[in-house]
Amino acid sequence: MNTTLYAETLPGGAMWSMRVPRHRRVRLTALNAGANVSALLYNADQPLDRLNVPDTLKALHTAKLTKGHILMSDMGHALASIVEDSLGWHDPLGGHLTAAQALAKYGDHNYQQYRNDFHRNAHNDFLVELSKHGLGLADIVANVNFFSKVAVDDDGKMAFVPNHASAGDSLELRTEMNVLLVLANCPHPMNPASEYPVCRVQVEIFPTEAPGPDDFCRNFRPECERTLALTERLFI
Amino acid sequence: MSTLIYTESPLDPKHAVYDATILAGDGWFHPVRKGQTLRIVDLEGNQAADTFFFNAADVKERYSAQDTIREQGSIYLTTGTPLMSNLCNPLLTITADTCGRHDTLGGACAAESNMVRYSLDKRFMHACRDTFLLQMALSGYHVTKRDLAHNINFFMNVPVTPEGGLRFADGVSEPGKYVEMRAEMDVLCLISNCPQLNNPCNAYNPTPIQVLIW
Repeated sequence: MNTTLYAETLPGGAMWSMRVPRHRRVRLTALNAGANVSALLYNADQPLDRLNVPDTLKALHTAKLTKGHILMSDMGHALASIVEDSLGWHDPLGGHLTAAQALAKYGDHNYQQYRNDFHRNAHNDFLVELSKHGLGLADIVANVNFFSKVAVDDDGKMAFVPNHASAGDSLELRTEMNVLLVLANCPHPMNPASEYPVCRVQVEIFPTEAPGPDDFCRNFRPECERTLALTERLFI
Repeated sequence: MSTLIYTESPLDPKHAVYDATILAGDGWFHPVRKGQTLRIVDLEGNQAADTFFFNAADVKERYSAQDTIREQGSIYLTTGTPLMSNLCNPLLTITADTCGRHDTLGGACAAESNMVRYSLDKRFMHACRDTFLLQMALSGYHVTKRDLAHNINFFMNVPVTPEGGLRFADGVSEPGKYVEMRAEMDVLCLISNCPQLNNPCNAYNPTPIQVLIW
């Protein structure tokens, strides 16, 4: 089952999207410390059925994402399950970097001067990749940030934890339906670094089995079993 | 309990140009002009007013919970919070708040999420996102499910723990508590007065809210 179906390294700032069929493992590996990947997920067969961060967090009683958690759509479906995670905390709160924020934080680092090392931002990356699938601004909903940690104290104050991910940290998503996965390998918007962090991230895809009755994610919470049951109905 | 900030408003309901009551389970979709102030009153306490905003001039610009919390560095909404759009512009600013804390992480209940959270047979119970969809479908505003993102839950308390847990805490609101916000641009305000009967957030008794505009 470890046959690699696909492998590619995303350069810093890169945008990426792929229609990943049901029941594949998508492994993301940070090749540099301090990586961040902003991600959106859609039902590839009906993109109005799309990642819903509040539904996911409420169902899982969590404000962070890690192994066992299932990324849920607003229609009650399981998009992808987190089946492996070396980090223990991925951020669902901080949103993604915009063009204005990148300009304000890192200066004008344009294509004319820097060619393909210019500074990209996650918002524009999302817009470009979504447009390729007939989607657009209205389809950018709350995203998740893999490899980043934002802690919240008792008064609600949010704090970005620098260098949360080390080189080699990875997580694996198992697609539970045919998924459109959209990635922007851009800095977290709360990253205080004054220099634009350029981090490479590897994407690999492997075949895998449907989650059986003993599956870790299925049994993580009763809500996980129910979202997987609703997802089965998509394939009747 | 951590810090709550209370701010009274100088505005007198007698001088409001608009005054309506939204019953539990009902919706409201209404413009608020730049410079106007919108007040939402929790008439009987601990009722969730699920609220969403669009830029009236271009509905592709809409409320963004993640941009709002990140830009103020705090997950709770209260006096002084600019309610940010997906293009990082302030849609409205909270100018008074006698409740002290409002949630924008929890989103709105839906028939589908009720099935996941509670049980598969909850599908046919009334839920906020159905209210939102009906309001959008009946309005002349050309907005659809595609334009809906996750919303504010005025009067709700959903704390996050330092360990990354999410709690559904007891309400901090009481009868007559209100939140008030000034529109920074012409906006459309979409409210679902939450009909949730599956959790104790409203003591299983959804109640009316009042909306006032000055």
